[in-house]
This record gives sequence, structure tokens and C-alpha cells, in this order.
Amino acid sequence: MSRFLSVTLSGLAGGMIYAAVALSLVLIWRATRVLNFAQGAMAMFTTYLAYYVLDHDGSYWLAFAVALLSGLLLGAFVERVLVRPVESGPHLNAVVVTLGIFIFLQGLAGLLFGGRFRSFPTTFSNKNYNVGDVSTLSPFEIFVISSVGLVAVLLFALFQYTDVGLRMRAAAFEGEIARMLGVRVGQMLTLGWALAAVAGSLAGILVAPSVFLHPNNMDGVFVFGFTAAVIGGLDSPVGAIIGGLGIGVLLSYVASYAGGDLQTLAALGVLVFILMVKPSGLFSSTATRRV
Amino acid sequence: MATLALPRRGPFASTIVRHLTVAVVGGLVLLLLTSSVNAYRDFQIANVGYYVVAVAGLTVLTGLNGQISLGHGALMMVGAYTAALILDRDNPPPLVVVLVLCVVVTAVVGAIVGAAAARLRGPYLAGATLAFAVGLPGLTSHYAGTFGGDNGLSVFTSPPPASLGVDFPSERWQAWITLAAALVTLVLLANLASSRVGRSFRAVRDDEVSAELAGIHVARTQVLAFVVSAACAGLAGGLLAVVSGQATPGAFSVALSLAILAGAVLGGLGSLAGAVYGAVALVALPAISSNASERFDFGTDVKSNMPLLVYGALLVIVMLVAPQGLQGGVRRLAGLLRGRSPAQPARNESVTEVSVTEPEG
Repeated sequence: MSRFLSVTLSGLAGGMIYAAVALSLVLIWRATRVLNFAQGAMAMFTTYLAYYVLDHDGSYWLAFAVALLSGLLLGAFVERVLVRPVESGPHLNAVVVTLGIFIFLQGLAGLLFGGRFRSFPTTFSNKNYNVGDVSTLSPFEIFVISSVGLVAVLLFALFQYTDVGLRMRAAAFEGEIARMLGVRVGQMLTLGWALAAVAGSLAGILVAPSVFLHPNNMDGVFVFGFTAAVIGGLDSPVGAIIGGLGIGVLLSYVASYAGGDLQTLAALGVLVFILMVKPSGLFSSTATRRV
Repeated sequence: MATLALPRRGPFASTIVRHLTVAVVGGLVLLLLTSSVNAYRDFQIANVGYYVVAVAGLTVLTGLNGQISLGHGALMMVGAYTAALILDRDNPPPLVVVLVLCVVVTAVVGAIVGAAAARLRGPYLAGATLAFAVGLPGLTSHYAGTFGGDNGLSVFTSPPPASLGVDFPSERWQAWITLAAALVTLVLLANLASSRVGRSFRAVRDDEVSAELAGIHVARTQVLAFVVSAACAGLAGGLLAVVSGQATPGAFSVALSLAILAGAVLGGLGSLAGAVYGAVALVALPAISSNASERFDFGTDVKSNMPLLVYGALLVIVMLVAPQGLQGGVRRLAGLLRGRSPAQPARNESVTEVSVTEPEG
């Protein structure tokens, strides 16, 4: 029983990371109806930049800031320069472009930083606190949960209570009308991608200590985040976070009771099940959509 | 459109005769080519052969039927491991039987994936097949006893037949095997594409509702396209195992799936001729990258990652600049030479047009 509890708790901590990936996918989907397959690779790349800072005697917090800031810039660049021209075209074209960015960044990371697995340090201890005989969360896991939670709350506040947030929602919801009302729709979409990429970069730097840093290490994390986003219906930020926590707990059970190698296939099972049974997701606001 | 307006006459009126003629001529040219180059070139040609099979399979699925798959690397893995496990037995069947079994096993897996895929569209399908591609290699380490874990399995193949002579290079023999498979695949796919089935693939791609109104069973057509495509991937995987002499999970990464997609996109989605250009590029680019790295002493990191960088750049650039790929350029050029307007998009060639009139009153 105590093992079950600690597996559940560490699943929740991992789930917050998948929630951050899911959140970034949802923000981009809502803004531009593009699924950003490059999100995992973008997060991987910004985490390498953070690693570079750490490796050159920078502090953890400096590296953290570098990761988030480079995520912001990379997200804006990708939307404005590469995705904008195909945004209005066939779905397949946008998918192929983000896949191209995905493989390009993997190649670039391997080329610049090498293909070795690198351990990524944290400033927080990985030792779990014990409550009675139950091993609970570690300081690092508490940091993971609180930082993703903080970013989610900040994003929510931005969208709900600020002028920029309102304009971003208008641009995403009905671009043509928003444009007539004087919203710079293009800028808002770029900003949406940039903010989403920050959430992705956060996931990258938080997951790196447990999966090691490698050009491929975000592939699985991206799949889990995608699954979480689909559980939530792909356009619900709240659904993305709940989906992330759910998939995190489930994968934690799979890893400790069946085998870590089966995690991705388990996620695939969940994904197919959700898409078969309730393709609009559990938290989607739109009534019907062709999946 | 032109073929509809001007029906061909003579023996070349039959599609199959036309395709077989091209295949026989191509086969003879390749026979001369493989016999006149050194062993290393033959090895590269052998690699082109299985890439042609894989890229052609994907281009039929994505270009003709509109379904994207990022899982073709994993489907190739199914074929490769099937070949490895069968050839590992004491009295392995002849290679043709092994390859047919690779096709059958992978087609069955493809039918399962395709049945799920038929309900998914665009980004959802891409995501689900990506999960398949990332997840499947995990099975090899979970069942390491059967699949050999990260080290994979060795593939034992028989040497070239003695009738070809003692000194016959095994690379040339392998090139013949993969090229024969590629030609058979291309002929079959070309006939499929110009048949009733191919037309229903395109009709479903262009407009599902109209296709359904025209009496096409949409879901069944999509599953069929996936099965055909998976069968090609299985054959390609089996050939890859035979050529490389091993089946390892590392060879079937997500990068392989994306490389195959890059080949199909570069050649021009939906074009079998484009699949050939794409496959040549998939072998040529890593070779160029490795030559350049050695000449300029860049080291292994550059050598092994440069192709990924180029595939990524190609996917983005082709989509932004010329979504029809190389074959689109070739068609436009041919159109210009014949004095036809190049503006006509290539994909409208033989789409069944369905006009629906609503009953009045």
C-alpha cells in the first residue's frame, strides 16, 4: 500500500511535466489550429542551451532563465517565419513543416552537443521525504509541481484578466473580426506560440534530470504530452493539466508494475482508446469536431 | 485529363503492358549498372532498393489517400524482425518466402493500426502513429529474450548462388534482390494507382463525403490503403535486415520514419517516380555528408547528424517553396515542353468528379 501511494505521488509529479507539454500544444492548437510536432524537439534544444550555461559555470537559475527565454524566442521565430506561410493551407502541410523542424533540431542538437547521454543536475535534492513509512515527494518533485502550477496560473491570469490576453483570445477565436476591431492578429498568434514554447521549455528543463539529456529524450515526453492534450480535448487548458496528471499517474503504475519499456505503448493504448470512444476529449468545449 | 481526352491505341493502351515495359527496361538498365560498378556502389544501390519500396508505400498512403503516417519506421521494424526470426531457424525457407512472410506479418499489423487510423484525421493520425513509432522499439528491450534487446538480432543470409561464379560479389547479389523487389512493388503500386482502387483512394483523399455518395466505403478504403502501405514497409524492413545483416531497435527510430517521409515529400507526395528520386536522396545525402565530414575532419557527431539536419530542412523548404516536390517540377517542365499551361495542378489528373444535385421541391 505504501508503495502504491509513493508510486501515485511520483506519477503526479511526472504528470505535471506532461501537463506542461500538453499545455503548450493546446495553446498553439487554440491559436492556429496547428499541432506543433516540433514542441518536444524545441524543448530538448532549449534544455541543451541551459546545459551549456551550467557546463560553463553558470548557476542553475541562470540556466533556467536561458531555457525559458530561448524557448520564447524560438517559439516566436518558428511561428512567424516557418509556420505562418502554411497556416492557412492544407493541414498536412503544416504537420510536415513542424515535423521538419522536429528532425532539424534533433540533428542540430546532435551536431552541436554530441549524441552522448548527459546527466542534468538540479539544485534540489532527489531524496524523498518520508511520512511514516510512505516515501513521498522529493524537494525536486515539489519544485516541479509548483513551477508548472505557477506557470499555468500565470498563463490563465494573462488570458483571462489582461488586455493582451483578451486580444489573443479574440485573434484565436475569430481572426477576421478581431482584425476589423483593430487587433494585430499576426502578432497575437506569434505571441501565443512564444508563450506556448515557454511552457514546453519548462517541461524540458524539468524532465531532463530524470530522463538524461539526449537529442531523442523528448520523443517519449512529447508523446505523453500529446496524449494528455488529447485526453483534455486538445483545446482545453484545464483538460490538458488534468490529462497530464492522469497520464502521469497511469505511466507511473505501468513503469513500476509492468516495465518502463512499455510506457509509450501504454500511452498509445490510452490515446487510441480516447480517440475511439470520445474523440472530442473529456474536457472539450466544442460540441463536435472531425478527428 | 489528357489521357481521358485522347485514348491511347495499340499495345500500350493497356496500363499493365505499359508499366511492365517500363519495369523490364528499367531492370535491364539496372542490371548493366550494378554489373559495372564496385562493391560499395552496389551496396548503396541495394540500400536505394529497399528505400524505394518504403517511400513508394508511404507516398501511396499520404499522397493518394491523404493519410499521414509517422509509424513507417516501426512497420519496417516489424518486417525486419520477422525476417531475422525466420532466418534464425535451422532450415530457413528460401528468401522469397521469407520476404512474403515479412509482407504478410506487417500487413496484419498494418491492418490493426489502419483500423484505428481510419477513424483519425490529420494531426491526430500523425500523433498516434508517432506514438507507435516511439513505443514499438520498447518491446525489444521488454522481451529481450526473443528480440535480443538493444543489440538486436543477427540476420543470416545465404551467399549468392554458385551458378553466378565464385567471385560474384555478395553486394551485387543483394542489390539484385532489393532492386527486383523494388521493381515488383512499383509495378504493383502503379497498377493499383491507376485502377478502380486507386481512384477510390484519391476520391476519399479529396472529399470523403462525395466519395461516400459515389458509393465508396470510406473507412474500408482507408484501411486498405494503410494495409497496402504497411505491406510495402514490411517488405522494405525485411530487405533492410537482409542487406545490413542485422535487425536492431536503433535502426528503426523515429528519425527513420521521418526520413522516409522526407523522401516522399522531396520526390512529390503521391508520385511513384518521385519515390525513386526520394529514395536515391535518402542514400546519397548520408553518403555526401560522410564524405564531407571526412574531408573536412568534422568528426562523428557532424557525420551522423548532418543527414537529419538536411532532411528537416528539406521537409520545411519543400513545403514552403514547392509542395509538389521534385516530380511536380518535372511535370511542370514536361508541360512547358509540350506547350501546355503549367498552371494546371498535377493532383487533379483523374479525380472522379461527383456532382450532387439536390431534389427540388
